[in-house]
Amino acid sequence: MILCLVEPGELSQEALAFARRLGPVRAFSIDAGEAYAPGAWAAGIVQLIERDSPAAVVAAASDRGAEVMAHAAARLGLPLAANVVSAEDGEPMRVVRQRWGGSLLEEATLSAPVKLLTVAQHAVAAEPGGEEVETFVPRLNEDDLRVRVVRREEAEPGTISLGDARVVVAGGRGVGSAEGFGVLQELADALGGAVGGSRVVTNLGWRPHADQIGQTGLRIGPDLYIACGISGAIQHWVGCKGAKTILAINKDKDAPIVQRADYAVIGDLHEVVPAIVAALRTPGAG
Amino acid sequence: MNVLVCVKRVPETGARISLTPDAQAVDDAYLGHTISPHEECAVEEALRIAAAHGGSATVLALGPPAAAEQLRGALAMGIDSAILLETDGSDWDPESSAAVIAEAARGRKFDLLLFGNESADSGGYQVGIRVAYALGLPAVTGAKGIELADGVAYVRRAAGAGWEIFETPLPAVITVREGINLPRYPSLPGRLKAKKAELATSTAQAPAGGLEKVRLSVPQDETTPVVVLGEGAAAAPRVVEVLREIGVA
Repeated sequence: MILCLVEPGELSQEALAFARRLGPVRAFSIDAGEAYAPGAWAAGIVQLIERDSPAAVVAAASDRGAEVMAHAAARLGLPLAANVVSAEDGEPMRVVRQRWGGSLLEEATLSAPVKLLTVAQHAVAAEPGGEEVETFVPRLNEDDLRVRVVRREEAEPGTISLGDARVVVAGGRGVGSAEGFGVLQELADALGGAVGGSRVVTNLGWRPHADQIGQTGLRIGPDLYIACGISGAIQHWVGCKGAKTILAINKDKDAPIVQRADYAVIGDLHEVVPAIVAALRTPGAG
Repeated sequence: MNVLVCVKRVPETGARISLTPDAQAVDDAYLGHTISPHEECAVEEALRIAAAHGGSATVLALGPPAAAEQLRGALAMGIDSAILLETDGSDWDPESSAAVIAEAARGRKFDLLLFGNESADSGGYQVGIRVAYALGLPAVTGAKGIELADGVAYVRRAAGAGWEIFETPLPAVITVREGINLPRYPSLPGRLKAKKAELATSTAQAPAGGLEKVRLSVPQDETTPVVVLGEGAAAAPRVVEVLREIGVA
């Protein structure tokens, strides 16, 4: 039996789809009070392992999933295979996991009485399954609550987070300036999407760092990714390759992003993007 | 406030990564080496915290003798002292790395241990947390901001489009994400000083771990040929057609 940690959002649906391939799944969430405390969630995972003796525990490699599984592994003195994309049950278990943010794969063996795994973001397609999710309330001690969330700062109402957006319009060096992102924002607004950037533009201060898509920023999996003036170095590609469709707008037809995209427009984004916005506003166009 | 910051020497990969013939490692024969952007920011954060609150900043690397280059890089930025736990250069699993780093940190009086959120190469997301447990310390991950108050730290982490602020008692382990600060460039006097600095070097043997690498491979992304929709502004109507086909417009 495989235990799978479920949090709100798409990533846990991917983790569930992954877990089902390993065996019958029991889905659970942790209720350890209002304030998130990683130690409390880890205590819950450890107690569930003691209660259910699962063959494996699986969680999404989300911020919380990656964190609480590492806590649980440290508490149990067990290995943890992070960012796994596939696994074959057995003793030892054979896993394939991402390295370098997904630009390399590692085949590895995992030897442990309970296999602990996190599932790489956007590497496995979510499939409907319909498991009941058990809400588990762990017994806690003081140490479990040493680290906890004491305050939240919510985004402006109506803000679409990059991680949740169905459409992401992102810019790279080719945008040329912070102001240059204005047209990208217009396109994003027209499509109900969000704006992101490459590492170059967040390092140059044209966009806040939280908008960075790539190995050291966000990994996203929108329905559509529009890459404007981004060349597509590996460290960026691993952040956006989870998108279902990629449209590249670039002056250079040989740029790596153009070669790997589904669709491309060759040209200056400062001409192409406003033209797309205008065409979207024309009723009946296309 | 004495701060320890842990870094890892990794190859500086470019547009393509190639592997050694035995598929055990990245072929770094023609590559320079670096530390991950998260760790560069952790080094910078260690410097700022030690400067603001008094105390020293120490950098530690577990790796081959050549990792001295990365330690000297941190010293050149202004870190006070460096510890090299020398290995034969083979890949260690996260349990082994954490055990040896914790052993080296034990007994030294650090108020704060900083790590990158994950290493650039193996990306196991766990060494910092395992070190915390080995030392009986609390751990916070994904820090994009650290504020220190009397015996506690407030750590800011991105949550969707908003933020979560964690509180942890000190001493603690905190893992840092790129964007928390803008790392400084080493000064020339800093570099000269770093060149001559003594590194506290000891030899480290890998304890057994449960995750064992078999081989590496380069993933083959499905490559369907790109459909070029046109050139310049003239392509716009065709783009809108495609957006409607895939249901986003």
